[in-house]
Amino acid sequence: MSAALLKHWQRAMDWRWLLPVLLAGGLVVAFAIPHFRLLNNYVQLVLICVGINIILATSLNLVNGYMGEFSLAHAGFMAVGAYSSALLSMKVLPVVTHPALFHLAVLAGGLVTALLGLLVALPSFKVRGDYLAIITLAFLMIVKSALENIDAVGGPRGISGIPRLTTLPWVFCWTAALVWLIRNFVYSSYGRGVLAIREDEIASDLMSVDTRRVKILAFMLSAFCAGIAGALFAHLLQFISPRVFDIVKTTEILIMVYLGGIASIGGSILGATLYTVLLELLRPSTVAALLSWLPAVVFNPLNEYFIRHLGMLRMIIMPLALVMVMLYWPRGILGMREFRGFIPLGDRWPPPAVRPRGADVA
Amino acid sequence: MTLLRATKVRHCFGGLCALADFNLDLRQGELMGIIGPNGAGKTTVFNLLTGVYRASEGSIRYRGVELVGLTPHQITAHRIARTFQNIRLFRDLSVLDNVRIAHYSQTRYSPIEALLHVGRYRREEQRIIDQSRGLLAIFQLEHLAKETACNLPYGSQRRLEIARALAIGPELLLLDEPAAGMNPAEIDQLMELIGSIRRQFQLTILLIEHQMQLVMGICERIKVLDFGETLAEGSPEVIQNDPSVMKAYLGEDSAG
Amino acid sequence: MTSASVYWLQQILNALQLGSIYALIALGYSLVYGILTMINFAHGDVFMVGGFLCFLAATLLGLPFVPTLLLTMTATAGLGVIIERMAYKPLRNAPRVSAIITALGVGLFLENLTLAFYPYPQHVPPLLLNVTWRLGGLALSSLQLIVISLSLTLMLVLDYVVRRTMVGLAMRAISWDKTYVPLMGVPVNLIISITFAIGAGLAGAAGTMYSLAYPVIDPYMGIMVGWKAFIAAVVGGIGTIRGAMIGAYILGGVEIIVVALLPSTYRDLVVFSLLLALIVIRPHGILGAPRAQKV
Repeated sequence: MSAALLKHWQRAMDWRWLLPVLLAGGLVVAFAIPHFRLLNNYVQLVLICVGINIILATSLNLVNGYMGEFSLAHAGFMAVGAYSSALLSMKVLPVVTHPALFHLAVLAGGLVTALLGLLVALPSFKVRGDYLAIITLAFLMIVKSALENIDAVGGPRGISGIPRLTTLPWVFCWTAALVWLIRNFVYSSYGRGVLAIREDEIASDLMSVDTRRVKILAFMLSAFCAGIAGALFAHLLQFISPRVFDIVKTTEILIMVYLGGIASIGGSILGATLYTVLLELLRPSTVAALLSWLPAVVFNPLNEYFIRHLGMLRMIIMPLALVMVMLYWPRGILGMREFRGFIPLGDRWPPPAVRPRGADVA
Repeated sequence: MTLLRATKVRHCFGGLCALADFNLDLRQGELMGIIGPNGAGKTTVFNLLTGVYRASEGSIRYRGVELVGLTPHQITAHRIARTFQNIRLFRDLSVLDNVRIAHYSQTRYSPIEALLHVGRYRREEQRIIDQSRGLLAIFQLEHLAKETACNLPYGSQRRLEIARALAIGPELLLLDEPAAGMNPAEIDQLMELIGSIRRQFQLTILLIEHQMQLVMGICERIKVLDFGETLAEGSPEVIQNDPSVMKAYLGEDSAG
Repeated sequence: MTSASVYWLQQILNALQLGSIYALIALGYSLVYGILTMINFAHGDVFMVGGFLCFLAATLLGLPFVPTLLLTMTATAGLGVIIERMAYKPLRNAPRVSAIITALGVGLFLENLTLAFYPYPQHVPPLLLNVTWRLGGLALSSLQLIVISLSLTLMLVLDYVVRRTMVGLAMRAISWDKTYVPLMGVPVNLIISITFAIGAGLAGAAGTMYSLAYPVIDPYMGIMVGWKAFIAAVVGGIGTIRGAMIGAYILGGVEIIVVALLPSTYRDLVVFSLLLALIVIRPHGILGAPRAQKV
């Protein structure tokens, strides 16, 4: 019975227009929600955060999951993107007059961060594993302390008053675009090189893979995306400071990646969504609102002894839940497996039943 | 024409010298074997030739170009490929991907085209898939294309390693104990396979082996190493009858 | 003695104090990494728990110094073993990153648990009578001397255990090979638990002394101190005991010098830049040796 279901699912996934339709539909929904006020502002905010976190998780997965490194620098990349785009949009580009320039600022933030990614890639030529973890950690701390000491960018007080230009449809577009770029990269010769490096770097070198170039490309792409996420983040919260981009932030992104599944784009989307939504759902106010239909005799003691303390309870339960997940799924929920719809047609297994005319490569 | 010339190569790890005064003159199209007891320095030769180690002393020239000091990646650009004594496949990846990865240097699209899946991307990807499948077919592995490499039986893994090495499009192929763990029937098949790929791809082959059936069966020339030094060199008949070789390696009454 | 040399001698003492505390924490990282090749990311938070346990013992139980120290060390040692048994042992054969993420989760759990009880920084009552002797302009504080000498004593004891006892021998054997050592009759699980207990106990001692020397504690103090101690262990050569100590004292020295010479906001920036430079120059640390790989 379930084998037949699986077959139907696969045939549905193999529909050539699946992804374009999903994306178009998503764009329409993302545009309609704020325009017709279909959901309240809080929920929209959560959705935007989900989008930003998807970008962060997918880009970190490229380096930590697909390439098998352990980079702790991601919050640092985010910081650089946030700061550079904020400075551009506030001091250089007249974004308030031309909102399209906002995207220019975001893109510029990403490009600046990509250059930094190049810098971080260099030590990775000679060291791997724990030593690279330390180097990326030190890099993160240096970025944070440097920002704290440069008064021109506000020092420890940070930058405030950033124009709020991040909206749901734009985040949807950026998220879709960046995830698409990462997916394309993974299913290319360079992406296979990334996998080869994870499996056996010495053998990769001997099998003609230019490991240096591949590492540079992977780190730059990863940093580029993190920078854009940071830029979107800055123009959402309208205030950024060095304290936001610390090891705790990196840890959050790490959790999203490893929870959802390493070396899986679908996994990162899942992990980012789960993490963001669950953390929001478990707020006292949200839970109270969701359970408000209960009769008072049940609700009141529940509220007194449990819901009110959710704020701190969730931060205790969440890491415990993470540990549980790791014990059962050491590679994450979708670890090293992929949502069939993301895989190019030629790479799918079993291959699609109906071949589109001509090429079997998407 | 001399393809590979190693002159007075010496390699020491700290105080211990794995290879002393190693000389090699490999002609194009030749099939040469290196034999010797364990620890004689055979794999060290391969590691030096492919840039995994940098020779302490001496020179290794390929078509006149000095290889000592080059990185492994640069050496593969000279179209030199190898297999490994302990199989080093990309274990968690599919059989097809293992061969596709080795096509990296022949991929003719840029990172931008890769990011956007435009331009030459589709054509090149199709070409690489076709070429990889073709190589797998030669080694009778095509039906296993989507299997995970570590799930393959041992003999198939060894053949996959050779297929992967051929994907680089090499001129010189280094095989490190390709027959390890095989029974005589499998060795016969391997001998035929090596002969046919040699013809088909016009390869020069240097191989390390312990299985005398293979070595004496296909090698045109044999070099014997012991404790890092060359004990003897010559055709199979010469080696089989060399007393010092017999004493050190083949055993007093071995008939090969 | 000139006032400049007095000043610098003072700073040396400060550096020794700070370095000693870092060393006790760094040793925990090194011991665990040496035996399991695993970075125990929860270790900094165990140090923080030690500080809070000291606080609890002093305020709730009103214990004097020595019982507090012993209680804290025992409790953190037990905590280390519990963490190991419940969170790390099941993942010993899983990919290493899973154990790392689990460690991060455990650390987060400890931080937020402590935060739940103590949302605000706490002030630790002085348990040690702090006498200051003046020696020609130099102010010697008894607290400082106790911290330094106690730490050095603990380190010497550890060194002795590792190099001269059967337990230490077993630890070193396991760090070299985990497959065949059990076949020689070494109780691997027990030795691993002992290693965690020792490392965590030392962190607990560090937490106690830190909370007495710098009496304001908060649940997030384990993060910065822990990560710095970890980087120090790597700089010295992770997996080696001497390396951890050297790295920690270098870290303490650099921190104190930087604060003495530059505005204090530059402290972390310079410290991390220097540590980064040291690691890039010598990735395996000062006393570390790269593990050779056969091709």
